[in-house]
Amino acid sequence: MNEGDLFRANVKKLYRYLLLLFSAFVMAAGLLVMYMYDPGFLDFRTPETIAVAPVEEDEDRIENGIHVRTGLVDAEGLMLVVNNCTNCHSAKLVTQNRMSTERWNATIRWMQETQNLWDLGGNQELIVNYLVTNYPQQDKGRRTVLSDIDWYELED
Amino acid sequence: MLVGYTPLALQDPDPFKLFNKNTEMVVLNDKPWNIEAQAHLLDDKITPNSCMFIRNNGLVPEGIDPKTWTLTIDGESVKTQKTYTLDDLKSKFQRHSYQLTLECGGNGRSEFDPPAKGNQWTIGAVHCATWTGVRLRDVLEDAGIKSNAVYIGYHAVDKHLSMDPKKEPISRGCPMSKALQDETLLAFEMNGEEIPLVHGYPLRLVAGGWPASVSGKWINRISIRDRVHDGTKMTGTAYRVPCEPVAPGEKVKDEDMCIIESMPVKSLITYPKTGAMIKKGKSLNIRGHAWAGELEVAKMEYSIDFGSTWNTCKIETPENRLAWQHFSAEISFPKVGYYEVWARATDSNGIAQPMLLPGWNPKGYLNNACHRIAIKVS
Repeated sequence: MNEGDLFRANVKKLYRYLLLLFSAFVMAAGLLVMYMYDPGFLDFRTPETIAVAPVEEDEDRIENGIHVRTGLVDAEGLMLVVNNCTNCHSAKLVTQNRMSTERWNATIRWMQETQNLWDLGGNQELIVNYLVTNYPQQDKGRRTVLSDIDWYELED
Repeated sequence: MLVGYTPLALQDPDPFKLFNKNTEMVVLNDKPWNIEAQAHLLDDKITPNSCMFIRNNGLVPEGIDPKTWTLTIDGESVKTQKTYTLDDLKSKFQRHSYQLTLECGGNGRSEFDPPAKGNQWTIGAVHCATWTGVRLRDVLEDAGIKSNAVYIGYHAVDKHLSMDPKKEPISRGCPMSKALQDETLLAFEMNGEEIPLVHGYPLRLVAGGWPASVSGKWINRISIRDRVHDGTKMTGTAYRVPCEPVAPGEKVKDEDMCIIESMPVKSLITYPKTGAMIKKGKSLNIRGHAWAGELEVAKMEYSIDFGSTWNTCKIETPENRLAWQHFSAEISFPKVGYYEVWARATDSNGIAQPMLLPGWNPKGYLNNACHRIAIKVS
């Protein structure tokens, strides 16, 4: 082998090492990105799971009739409620409150007057309809019976 | 890989970890954070942070630096507007510690019918911790109070939910008579440690016995007013009840609503947890706490027959004014079956807790109906 061939061989070797190093770097970067999306992806799982590329999760997905992100019931008007009522406060504040049409309208008016809520236009009726239909007011009387009691043996 | 490590940006907002709360606490709302206790979690004589309810009107502030924190005393009725650093407050004024009962004005709201708007608190929006700080009176007097002073109003650094910088989530206060009480503190410690962020770090106004909303968190300014303070949640229907009683569901005009001051007499059975099953012939020891706003609890009773007969509980005197009082009793049940133990406190004016819901009001405040637990004897 003359000097020129030796030089070429060495350059090729160096090139291969650099390529290897570079691909290792790309893989490491890829792994880190995957880790950011799913910190548990290297835990023991079936190969199929690992093979799945990270997909953008549908933030408005529905499971068992529930809008997962907010916990709201999937029914007519759902997305109007999600888009107009959960920007400032949690949906939990909505679902905790069981009000009549009249009182929801009054509450919306109060939020517009004091809390920077925008004009809901024709959507207001649909939103209130969703609320009174899916979260109806319950009569409680002057005192309800004790319910949902977890009975347990009391050891002394 | 990297077990136990989660990159900061990916952290799940687990409120129990975030605020060091007992996992049996109940999250009513996560924006803003509102979390309540259950009766059995409040069994300690002095409520630990882990079981203290959280009531927020806005967003918890971030990036607080105690070194640069200041409190300004201003307002129409201050003689000289003054600004204090935390170190000024700690070094210039005498420290005091009190156990103070703080109950949310809307505690018990969930029981009102027709329902009242707001967080649906059941029974867990009350606590009694030890607060340490300086007397608000000492600081107000250092700045000077004009003779026309009527009220104080607090201002804080929490952000409005709408992120509108011109809006304050809450800015309440109290009449001068309450502001000048011995027990009304500018607190920087809770249960012997720095106040946890969510409970008002680094400085909280604490006014025991009044709706807890008077005890403003993250305070950086107190105004001495020549009129009733008109900050956010002082006006309209907030923390107000009808001046005259109304029928359930009745509409009440804003001008007919009066500001809530001292909270009413109330009690909680904190042991045992509801649902206890015991053997026949065994007696049951119950215990809990009772409080009465500005007053003391004079008498504590329990009933196991829905109020047909009442028996006396032992009740301790409070550690200091405005601290809750501890009660206990030993109960024998005449036969096997289902019982409810009802607890009823009576204040030093002879006013007792009602067994039914007290007067309905549009915002569902001041439900001090008797607490009860279910027991089975077999």
